Amino acid sequence: MNVKLHNPDKGTDPEAIRADFPILSRKVHNKPLVYFDNAATTQKPQAVIDALVGYYTGLNSNVHRGVHYLSQQATIAFEEVRQKIQHFVNAKFSHEIIYTRGCTEAINLVAASWGKVNVGKGDEILISGMEHHSNIVPWQMLCEEKGAVLKVCPLHPDGSLDMEAYAAMLGSKTRLVAITHISNTLGTINPVKEITRLAHEKGITVLIDGAQALSHMKVDVQDIGCEFYAFSAHKVYGPMGIGALYGKEDVLNAMPPYQGGGEMIKSVTFEKTLYNELPFKFEAGTPNVGDVIGFGAALDYISAIGIERIAAWEHELLCYATEKLSADPAIRIIGTAPEKASLISFLINGIHPFDAGTIIDHMGVAVRTGTHCTQPLMDGLGISGTIRASFAFYNTKQEIDRLMEAIEKVKEFFL
Amino acid sequence: MKIEETTSAIVSEFESFDDWMDKYNYLIELGKSLPLIDEKYKVESNLIQGCQSRVWLHAGFDGTLVHFTADSDAVITKGIANLLIRAFSGHTPQEILDSSTEFLKEIGLTEHLSPTRSNGMLSMIKQIKMYALAFKTKAAMGN
Ligand SMILES: Cc1ncc(COP(=O)(O)O)c(C=O)c1O
Repeated sequence: MNVKLHNPDKGTDPEAIRADFPILSRKVHNKPLVYFDNAATTQKPQAVIDALVGYYTGLNSNVHRGVHYLSQQATIAFEEVRQKIQHFVNAKFSHEIIYTRGCTEAINLVAASWGKVNVGKGDEILISGMEHHSNIVPWQMLCEEKGAVLKVCPLHPDGSLDMEAYAAMLGSKTRLVAITHISNTLGTINPVKEITRLAHEKGITVLIDGAQALSHMKVDVQDIGCEFYAFSAHKVYGPMGIGALYGKEDVLNAMPPYQGGGEMIKSVTFEKTLYNELPFKFEAGTPNVGDVIGFGAALDYISAIGIERIAAWEHELLCYATEKLSADPAIRIIGTAPEKASLISFLINGIHPFDAGTIIDHMGVAVRTGTHCTQPLMDGLGISGTIRASFAFYNTKQEIDRLMEAIEKVKEFFL
Repeated sequence: MKIEETTSAIVSEFESFDDWMDKYNYLIELGKSLPLIDEKYKVESNLIQGCQSRVWLHAGFDGTLVHFTADSDAVITKGIANLLIRAFSGHTPQEILDSSTEFLKEIGLTEHLSPTRSNGMLSMIKQIKMYALAFKTKAAMGN
C-alpha cells in the first residue's frame, strides 16, 4: 500500500503535518476549526483516507476464502496489517493480534471468553477508580453472572493510582487486574509494568486498556508483560469500527472461542466443530477488511513521523496548556499526576461544563464536556463533569491560545 | 394565549438577534430568571437524565391545565427550560399533545435538538408530552 507522507525531513513541522489532515482546514461556526477532542477520536490523515478508497476501488473481496486473485491480494494485505500491529506494539507473534471492532469489543472478548473459564463464585476482579465504562461494565456483567466481586483500587487526590492500596488489594481471590494505561479523563499515565509485575507475583492475569495510550507513546506489550492489551484504531488516526486485542499465545490458546460462525472453524459437522487456530478462532464471520487496511496505513503514517517525536511535541503542548491554564485563578485543573498524557480536564469557577462547552464550541474550538464515560470517577471527585482538551501532534500552541480566548469569552458570559 | 402564539412570539424575539452571542446572552438571562422550582420537587424522580446537565421537571395538574416548573445545574439548559415552560405551561393536556416543537428549529437551537444526549432538551420535550398524556388519561378516568 502506497502511503503518501508529508516530507519526513520536516519532522514535526506543524504546517506540513496539518496539510496531511484535510479536515483540519475546515471551519466550524465560521471560524477555523481547533480540534481538541482527540481523546474521543483522532482525525484521519489523507494516507488513511486514500487507503480506504484504494481498498474499495482496487482490492475489495472476501479474505481467506477465495483462490481468485483479488481474494488472495486482500488476504495478504489484511494479514500484513496484523504484522504491522504486532510490530507496533512489539508482540511476539502476529497471531497474538486478534482483530475486533475496537477496544470495547476487545475487553468484552476477554470477559466473555477468558472470564467464562477463569472466574468463579467469590473470585475478584480488580479495576481502578479511573476506568472508562468500557473497562467497568463488561466486568460487572461477568461478576453478576459468576457471583464474583468487582474491586476498585482508589486514586490519590492528584489522580494517580494509589499503588500501595493496589498492592494490598491483590489477594488470593483476585483472578484479574483490568486497568487503563492512560486515563481518558485525567490524563494519568499508569505504571502498567509495575502493575503487571505485582499482579504476576501472585499469579494474577492482567488486562491493560490501551485505548488512550497507543497514539501518545511507545507501547511494548512484552516489556509490560501483561496477558492482554486492548485498543481501537480510531484513536490512533485510523478508521472507526476496527481495533485489536493483543493476547499472549498460551493464554489465548487456552481460551474458548468468543463467537461462532465462519472463519473461526476448522471443520464443521452437525455433531462436532473443530475450532480454527489463532488468531482465527476469535474472528468469526467476515472481518472488516477495509478498515484493517486503513488501520495499517495509520500505523505506517505515525511510524514514519516517529512516535517519540510525536510524544515530545505533545508533551510540549501539554506543558504550554498547563502553564496557560494554571495562570488563570478561575481555572481548576482536574488531574495533576506527575506522569500525564497530552490531555487536560478542567473547570472554570463554578461554571457548568455544559455551559462552558457550548460557548467554547461557538468559538470554533472542539472540546469535550461531561463525564467522559467515567461516571464513577466523577462521582468520586464530587463533580458533575469536566471540560477536556486533548491534544494531538497536529495541534499548535496558537490553537491553545485560541482555547484561552474562548475561555475568556466563557467568563464574559457567565461570571 | 395559544401555544402557537407564544412560540411565534419566541421566534420573532430570536429573529432580532444578529449573532450567536446575543442569542446565548438572552438564553442565559432566561436561565437566570427562570422562576425557582420548589426545592421539594428537586428529587430523583423528577430528574431527566441528559448526559451532561441535570434537569428537574415537575408537572402539576389542576384538573384542566398543566403547570410546569423546572431547574437545571447548567444555565443554558435552564434558559431552554424557561422557553419550553413559557410555551407549554398553563395549557390543557390536549393542547400540549397537539403542539409542534418546530419553533426550536426556527430559533436556531437545532444543535440542542440533536439526539446526542448532550443536554436534556429532547428529553424535556418528551417528558412534557408524557406528562400531558398521563394527565389526559387521568382526567378521562376521573370523568
Ligand atoms: C480509556 C478508554 N477505554 C476504552 C475506550 C473505548 O474505546 P472504543 O469506544 O473505541 O471501543 C475509550 C474511548 O473513549 C477510552 O478512552
